[in-house]
Amino acid sequence: MYAFDIERPSTIADAVKALKEEDAQALGGGQTLIPTLKQRLAMPSALVSLTGIGEMKGVCLADDGAVCIGGATNHATVAKEAAAHYPGLAGLAANIGDPAVRNRGTIGGSLANNDPSACYPAAALGSGATIITNAREIAADDYFQGMFETALEDGEVITEVRFPVPEKAHYQKFVQPASRFALVGVFVAKYADGVRVAVTGASENGVFRWSEAEAALSADFSAAALDGLTVPADEMIADLHGSPDYRAHLVKVMTGRAVTAAA
Amino acid sequence: MPKDGGIGASTTRREDVRFLTGKGKYTADINVFGQAAAIFVRSTVANGVIKSIDTSAAESMPGVLAVFTGEDFVDVGGNPAGWLINSRDGEPMKEPKRPVLAHGKVRHVGDAYAAVIAETEQQARDAAEEIIADIEELPAIINMADALAGDNVVHDEIGTNQCFDWGWIEDNRAATDEAIRNAPHVTTLELVNNRLVPNAMEPRASIGTYDAAGDSYLLQTTSQNPHLTRLLISAFVLGIPENKLTVIAPDVGGGFGSKIYHYGEEALVLAASKKVGRPVKWVADRTESFLSDAHGRDHVTKIELACEKDGTFIAFRTTTLANVGAYLSNFSTATPTFLHGTLMAGNYTVPNVYVNLKAVFTNTAPVDAYRGAGRPEATYSIERVIDMAARELGMDPVELRRKNFIKRDQFPFTSAAGLEYDSGDYDALMDKMEAIVDRKAFEERRKASEAKGKLRGLGINAYVEACGIAPSNLVGVLGSRVGLYDAATVRVNATGNLSVMVGAHSHGQGHETVFPQIVADMLGIDPASVDIVHGDTSKIPFGMGTYGSRSLAVCGSAMVRATEKIIAKAKKIAAHMLEASADDVDFAEGQFTVKGTDKSVSFGEVALKAYIPHNYPLEDIEPGLEETAFYDPANFTYPSGAYACEVEVDPETGKVTIERFTACDDFGNVMNPMIVSGQVHGGVVQGIGQALLENTTYDENGQLLSASYMDYVMPRADDLPFIAVSHDGGTPCTHNPLGAKGCGEGGAIGSPPTVVNAVIDALQSGGKNVTHIDMPLTPARVWAAMNNA
Repeated sequence: MYAFDIERPSTIADAVKALKEEDAQALGGGQTLIPTLKQRLAMPSALVSLTGIGEMKGVCLADDGAVCIGGATNHATVAKEAAAHYPGLAGLAANIGDPAVRNRGTIGGSLANNDPSACYPAAALGSGATIITNAREIAADDYFQGMFETALEDGEVITEVRFPVPEKAHYQKFVQPASRFALVGVFVAKYADGVRVAVTGASENGVFRWSEAEAALSADFSAAALDGLTVPADEMIADLHGSPDYRAHLVKVMTGRAVTAAA
Repeated sequence: MPKDGGIGASTTRREDVRFLTGKGKYTADINVFGQAAAIFVRSTVANGVIKSIDTSAAESMPGVLAVFTGEDFVDVGGNPAGWLINSRDGEPMKEPKRPVLAHGKVRHVGDAYAAVIAETEQQARDAAEEIIADIEELPAIINMADALAGDNVVHDEIGTNQCFDWGWIEDNRAATDEAIRNAPHVTTLELVNNRLVPNAMEPRASIGTYDAAGDSYLLQTTSQNPHLTRLLISAFVLGIPENKLTVIAPDVGGGFGSKIYHYGEEALVLAASKKVGRPVKWVADRTESFLSDAHGRDHVTKIELACEKDGTFIAFRTTTLANVGAYLSNFSTATPTFLHGTLMAGNYTVPNVYVNLKAVFTNTAPVDAYRGAGRPEATYSIERVIDMAARELGMDPVELRRKNFIKRDQFPFTSAAGLEYDSGDYDALMDKMEAIVDRKAFEERRKASEAKGKLRGLGINAYVEACGIAPSNLVGVLGSRVGLYDAATVRVNATGNLSVMVGAHSHGQGHETVFPQIVADMLGIDPASVDIVHGDTSKIPFGMGTYGSRSLAVCGSAMVRATEKIIAKAKKIAAHMLEASADDVDFAEGQFTVKGTDKSVSFGEVALKAYIPHNYPLEDIEPGLEETAFYDPANFTYPSGAYACEVEVDPETGKVTIERFTACDDFGNVMNPMIVSGQVHGGVVQGIGQALLENTTYDENGQLLSASYMDYVMPRADDLPFIAVSHDGGTPCTHNPLGAKGCGEGGAIGSPPTVVNAVIDALQSGGKNVTHIDMPLTPARVWAAMNNA
């Protein structure tokens, strides 16, 4: 680690102000950033911790029934407090990492980092969530822009994520056995106006929607509806744990299992 | 029934109280007044010429006390190989120098070429980043076959990447070739025994302290054998006289082989301490462990099994390339040869065995003994090819093995690979395993799995290994440059309690519990009054350390011999006290008694008399009660086992889950069954890790792709089944006083082929013509194999 200053603002306004300093870096639960610092792979002048900001924490329901989660809410809290309202989302949160990760890592941190194998991007894209920042509201379909790339501007903070609640949903994760991130994870959500299928872990472009499956499942919400569909292996991730072909195959298998579990 | 706390009792581990309450004291926990910190600068390329290293900026950084490069060590010795192997043509192996810091060339990613000593670790890290090394990168030598074929060499001075080309037993070569040529059936299998990173929980660490007053040195370090480390530093590397160097290995958090060896970092902190006049401490981070600890396994083998139509084995023949990495680690030449080739007859009466093994230098981390060390590689090759042969011959895999087993009444049995197995009963182990497994009900379990959409397979395995290393005379003939005895001093204190100094080092094995059980049992006293002292060369007579499942069989035997001397002397003292002849004194349950009388004195009274020798036969017996024994075993010990594994394979994803695992081992006489079960559990888990999970991978540029826990897959609790363990009723070792065989490695030796055999059985049951998959059997590999079948 290199030396850095640490700021612990208690309001969003103060956090945004602190992040205007040159080379200041927002710190959520630190589950990616702290290991990166330990490896001396980043040299921020200051870390601005977001976890002391009360207005960015907790789970609540909006008037339209959407589940609203503060950007600094950790996974364990989501797993517990969203369970009654959106069990598919709570189930995903309950299986991120291990207990230590779930009690430190935050939804805002995960979405801001947009690791191509992280779980939350699948939930946000699969639910058509709205990413709310200190400056604006961003639809999930516009938010994810490739591996580790998002629509966030420098210094912009995710204050809240708003999830419309589907009729049914399920997340199926085939874990990468070392990191326990998703080798392939598929979030399926059935809404009144159609089905959304979001895939994480598989693509070099980060989380994506599998539109052919969405169309087929919107017509018939059953695993059998996927028969005959194939997922192209182009631009799938190749690494120690799986080839592009394997990942493409798993996308279909995990989608089918998610549908069966949700149905 | 064993009495409380004696031999055979499952006494709970006394050392666990401190380990589990955070009271263990590991090298990193030790802070010495005035200590400075060392940080190593390691190569980021696999192969490169060091053109220049500019340390001037680093030297002027805040807090920097000294900077070292390979230049500073050109006049000192190298870290040697402990075993000389001769090639088939009689030529000795190639032995390039292994310097303290890389000089001239860097030879693997992680090869240290400079070190910074500074007031704090942070300052040392900052300064290390200012060292400017001009390293001209060369093409990396990674693949062993390519290494042997090409002109690009790891060590220019030897001009080849072949360390040696070894034949075992060379005189059997022609007969084995002939037997295979004429055999009615030959099964051939090409396989890879995958490289493993040891991953001890505690990374390596060392503190060097030079004392100018006595011109002496202290090294506190993470070692499985402090005496060997002292010997290597004294005799080969730095030339510090042994009487001026103390090596202490305090609590050590696992070794699995990787901490047997002397490493350059240990020499560096000693030399640096003298130069800067302060203690110098280094603690590896996890990345350094991945890149620079000696790795394990890494063989590529072709094995042929020739047999009669009825399954009678005629010959095993193997050709193997064994990776030794960039430098020869201390046991790296013994591990693939005499700990591997000599086991290639397995548990079988097969008359012909021939092993050809070439050791190959590559631009990868050095490879050396890792739990099992050569024997897992032998067992894996043998037991995989037997399973394949059973399938080809249409025979039951258990029956094929039984048909060829050495029978109980054939021991001692000299195998076709040259070892004399002293005892064993392989059929009895197989009987026990089959009873636990309940093979008759397996088809029912398979149907239940199939009803869930899963394939189910049963894999079985038999193993024999050679451990408790080793008879010095034998290993000397075979090329060992050290003796492999061990030593113990039993010191009876005046008040009757005991301190036992042992050469074996305990770093998870439970010696602090088991060794006192044995001494207490022999003396008829409370085990709580016996403590062992280990890991400190200034306190212990000598020791060759802990590896090769040798602590109990070798050092424990030395301790028994020393205790016998104590009893003999104490009996003389007691006889004097009882006014009887020593021949008329019996010793039992801690009491010396004149035969046929009720006259007796206790062990404690005799101890006190030895130290307060009033009315004492000083003309015949020295005061004091302390004895030392060195024990050199007559032979290896030969543990054996029969293992079974049941797996489910998800045909959609290729994921393997282990549903049942059974380990029946013969470890001879068992001193503490609970601790032995723990050793089996740990070994089996490491074997399952090798079989299914652990995926050490260098890319073509020599970068270690699996260099962190984000990619290197260690077995975790949810990867593992309940393990049924049985090790009662073993056949005692015939040549050591405890009748004990080593138990530390059997689990890691027996389990990998068992798991792979089970997966192949599962895939075959699903109609997939898959005959082999190389470890680790990851979901992606299993899926690919199914889809190519």
